[in-house]
Amino acid sequence: MTSDHDEPNGVSRRKVLECMTWAGTGVLWTVSGGLPRSLGIIGEATAAESSGLTFLQISDSHVGFDKPANPNAIGTLEEAIKKIKGLPVKPAFVIHTGDITHLSKMSEFDDADRIISQAGLDVRYVPGEHDVLDEGRKLYLARYGRDAKGAGWHSFDANGVHFIGLVNVVDLKAGGLGNLGADQLEWLAADLKGRTASTPIVVFAHIPLWSVYPQWGWGTEESARVLELLKRFGSVTVLNGHIHQIMQKVEGNVTFHTAMSTAFPQPAPGAAPSPGPMKVPDDKLRSLLGVTDITFKRGQQRLAIIDQPLQG
Amino acid sequence: MTATTTCSIRAAIVLAVAITAIPLATVAARGADLEVKIDNFTFSPQRLTVKAGTTVTWINEDDIPHTVAASTKAFKSKALDTDDKFSFTFTTPGTYEYFCSLHPHMTGTIVVEAATGSAGAR
Repeated sequence: MTSDHDEPNGVSRRKVLECMTWAGTGVLWTVSGGLPRSLGIIGEATAAESSGLTFLQISDSHVGFDKPANPNAIGTLEEAIKKIKGLPVKPAFVIHTGDITHLSKMSEFDDADRIISQAGLDVRYVPGEHDVLDEGRKLYLARYGRDAKGAGWHSFDANGVHFIGLVNVVDLKAGGLGNLGADQLEWLAADLKGRTASTPIVVFAHIPLWSVYPQWGWGTEESARVLELLKRFGSVTVLNGHIHQIMQKVEGNVTFHTAMSTAFPQPAPGAAPSPGPMKVPDDKLRSLLGVTDITFKRGQQRLAIIDQPLQG
Repeated sequence: MTATTTCSIRAAIVLAVAITAIPLATVAARGADLEVKIDNFTFSPQRLTVKAGTTVTWINEDDIPHTVAASTKAFKSKALDTDDKFSFTFTTPGTYEYFCSLHPHMTGTIVVEAATGSAGAR
């Protein structure tokens, strides 16, 4: 696992993307000067503790999924929560980037709550398309959207970092990608207005906010508008789920990162006829599922992202 | 198409060319109720031509839920889990574009022709 992508200049976007397409390898990434660098594997990485804000991302738990790609999605979510409880540094809170449930059923939301709450941490959610299948999206909003606007978008501050949860999974248009809508974009512009450019920003949403693979719908219609609103900020981190694999891209001051699922892996873009659940050998599954640990060090425009597989 | 058995080879070739010129995903109905499979995030056939009065049934064969939603909102299924079905009877001629509201890159078309008339010419 050499960091052969760690070239000072001239790394093509494609190459960076290729280097980032590792699922479950447990690499610590730090971002400095616009290019991501690998600092080492998890064992070494967690040893290098920091005094900054540490939070965690989990995604795509799909509680209720029981198909061959993982007949026990509840079990692997429980394993992920156990892993979180065992972290050497207790995270300040958890972000869940959607698809909490598989079919938006009350019983699935109940199971998810019961398991995730065992981490004993505050959890901030945005919905995935699997969480808003019921009429009026009532089940999700009643649980997680009480203090949110619209379909569940919201923002909050922690340790001087401004966090923004966006919803790009509702009112999708035929032939299109993830969708934010005019109301949410207006809210976002107002939310950012007046904030100093030195405020570190973390944006989280379910579907990737950059164009990962539009042929499979892996992107968001108004992502250019969002980036326009964010470009004056010196440090922007975008955390997504939906694609059930790790990808990372850096564009200017913006770092994009997608997390593994806790339920089942999906194929790399174009590597299969469709983005459906990917069946892998049983002994390999847990290396492709996991959680993401993110540390922000104050005073540095540096952000460490550690992807932790359930196994390996 | 039974005509090909009595045709010369040359005529058969001409006919074959004519057949391949028709989009592969297009299927013409003969009044019977029809099925659209949802598999690998694709509606199949993607374009289906039916007579007015035909009931079309979609069946989801993926391990991921999908919906069937008309762009004009003329019809919309609930989320279809694996093996779930949704049916709609098309009574009014016209072209109905639809998509999966969860995965909007999945699109399909139902063309409804008048139940009587010269549709047999196609």
